[in-house]
Amino acid sequence: MERGTREYALWSIGILLILTFSIFPVLWIVSVSLKDPATITEGTNFGNTFIPQDITFDNYDALFTGGVSESPFLKPLINSILIGLISTVIAIVLAAFAAYAIARLDFPGKTLILAGALALAIFPAISTVGPLFDMWRALGLYDTYPGLIIPYLAFALPLAIYVLVAFFREIPWDLEQAAQVDGATPFQAFRKVIVPLAAPGVFTAAILVFIFAWNEFLFAISLTSSDASRTVPAALAFFTGESQFTEPTGNIAAAGVIVTVPIIIFVLIFQRRIVAGLTSGAVKG
Amino acid sequence: MAEIVMDEVTKRFADGTEAVKQMSLDVGDGEFIILVGPSGCGKSTALRMIAGLEDITDGQVRIGEEVVNEKAPKDRDIAMVFQNYALYPHLTVRENMAFPLRLAKVPKEEIDRKVEEAAQTLDLAQHLDRRPANLSGGQRQRVAMGRAIVRDPKAFLMDEPLSNLDAKLRVQMRTEVSRIVAREGTTTVYVTHDQTEAMTLGDRVAVMRSGVLQQVGAPGELYASPVNLFVAGFIGSPAMNFMPGELSGDTVKTPLGDLRLPDQVRGAVGGVDGGRHVIVGIRPESFEDASMVGGDARDRGMTFGAKIDLVEQLGAEQYAYFQVEHEGVQSDELRELAEDAGSDEVPSSGEGQIVARLESASRISRGADAELWLDLAKLHFFDPSGGRNLAAQ
Repeated sequence: MERGTREYALWSIGILLILTFSIFPVLWIVSVSLKDPATITEGTNFGNTFIPQDITFDNYDALFTGGVSESPFLKPLINSILIGLISTVIAIVLAAFAAYAIARLDFPGKTLILAGALALAIFPAISTVGPLFDMWRALGLYDTYPGLIIPYLAFALPLAIYVLVAFFREIPWDLEQAAQVDGATPFQAFRKVIVPLAAPGVFTAAILVFIFAWNEFLFAISLTSSDASRTVPAALAFFTGESQFTEPTGNIAAAGVIVTVPIIIFVLIFQRRIVAGLTSGAVKG
Repeated sequence: MAEIVMDEVTKRFADGTEAVKQMSLDVGDGEFIILVGPSGCGKSTALRMIAGLEDITDGQVRIGEEVVNEKAPKDRDIAMVFQNYALYPHLTVRENMAFPLRLAKVPKEEIDRKVEEAAQTLDLAQHLDRRPANLSGGQRQRVAMGRAIVRDPKAFLMDEPLSNLDAKLRVQMRTEVSRIVAREGTTTVYVTHDQTEAMTLGDRVAVMRSGVLQQVGAPGELYASPVNLFVAGFIGSPAMNFMPGELSGDTVKTPLGDLRLPDQVRGAVGGVDGGRHVIVGIRPESFEDASMVGGDARDRGMTFGAKIDLVEQLGAEQYAYFQVEHEGVQSDELRELAEDAGSDEVPSSGEGQIVARLESASRISRGADAELWLDLAKLHFFDPSGGRNLAAQ
């Protein structure tokens, strides 16, 4: 298709429409976050302007005033970051070991484990919330970091394992054997030869797990009761507005921007890796 | 540097198949021995058992007097060159060669010195900082050898290292391998399916078939005195010609005519009264254009007529192909050899085709009715059941 033809122009318009449709909600949220809280609901349905008349950063300020103890957002943000990172690291380490065994070895129960992992991944999370709530309260894990990290691991591991198995399968068996003959223990062979080669896969799995933990809402809202471990998605629900009856839309929008935009940038930078990671097992070479 | 002894080594897989059957082989210190055989004969499995990459089901492997059955590959002090090189793609050539030394915690200066030395020997000095992906096949193969050399191990194990190279490069690298192994003087076990490589490289050659060792000996010995039909048909290119024959007293009736057995052959075969079916094996160079054979040599052989189907002129020699009529030779060994060579798929190279090697000066041409001479002293006779060479009592 050449530039300047009618076909090109039509395609451009079509793609632009789709892009606008997709990104419009996000842009709207950014715009809302920049508006004066009192004026957000002003005007008729469509009279509400897209581009704010007065750009103000009050909403953002409100989020951060009061420091960690007072601000409704700062502690949850820290919780999100920490819980996300810890879940990712543990999930990747465990998944790497599991994926290596599954990709390389033939052991009894292998199919069972894979099937189990798949079953876990498609399991309706909501049905586990009630029992978990009771269990965590009894065990004292309610409203703690481990209280969230453990369910996150359970649901993120299958995904990580599958991605990593696909990657490990791509690495020729010969390399580890060469390493063993060269004097490496199996663990050294794994660490020095396999892991560097599986880096794209590890990266992909890490990104996917982190995004899952970051956006997770169900457990965050059910298994926490205070800022001790509440993450941002859940914390957003507890924002208070100017009075008992106003929705703090501006604050919520600002929090949403802070939480979403970094992920978007992150994924944009690493998108090649992620796509490579997800499709690598598909075609040889 | 050490000797390697395989003592009744057997490899049995979970489903019961035996890849290697009670193989016993003594490799002397500093010897270059080749394991050769068709695909699936167990040679790679045997090599990997020496390396420690396969478990040994029965028997013992000893490296330098020590039983190594239970030892991990890294404790056996052997170096291996793989068929597809198995170079670490994320490391440079220098780091690839330094890898085993780093694992052995050798001091850095010594690592650098050894790597430089190996690079000089292998002509890799200007490639030291490149990644394997940017190297050609031959260069990668040399890096794989370099990685083995720097360790100065007790033995080199090579698993078809030249198979992935194109034909011309393979011939060049063959001499390289020979030179390097001779220089290092290390015991070497080399696996290949190419009998030319086996014949040109080894001090001794061990032919394997279906997990069983057929014959071990110097290349010349395997060529001149094959112990059975399989070895006879496997070693030598073009392969030995086979045809049915019937021994009766002093003569053997073959499709080429009734051949009178010369004295030394009769003695070796042990003259049989009455008919005895045999398979007669004749190497292509035992034939010649009758017009080129001098008077006294003629008496040693027999002349016969043949209609030539095809002549291949190679410059230094010619190969003439002709057909003889016979009912066919029934033998498992020949069938297996044909399968391995792929000739069972080609209609023309079937039963009854004979290849003769002639002097390049010969004027015999395609379609001609030529008179050929056969050296009767060079015949081989095999027992059709089992393939044993009747001369090897």
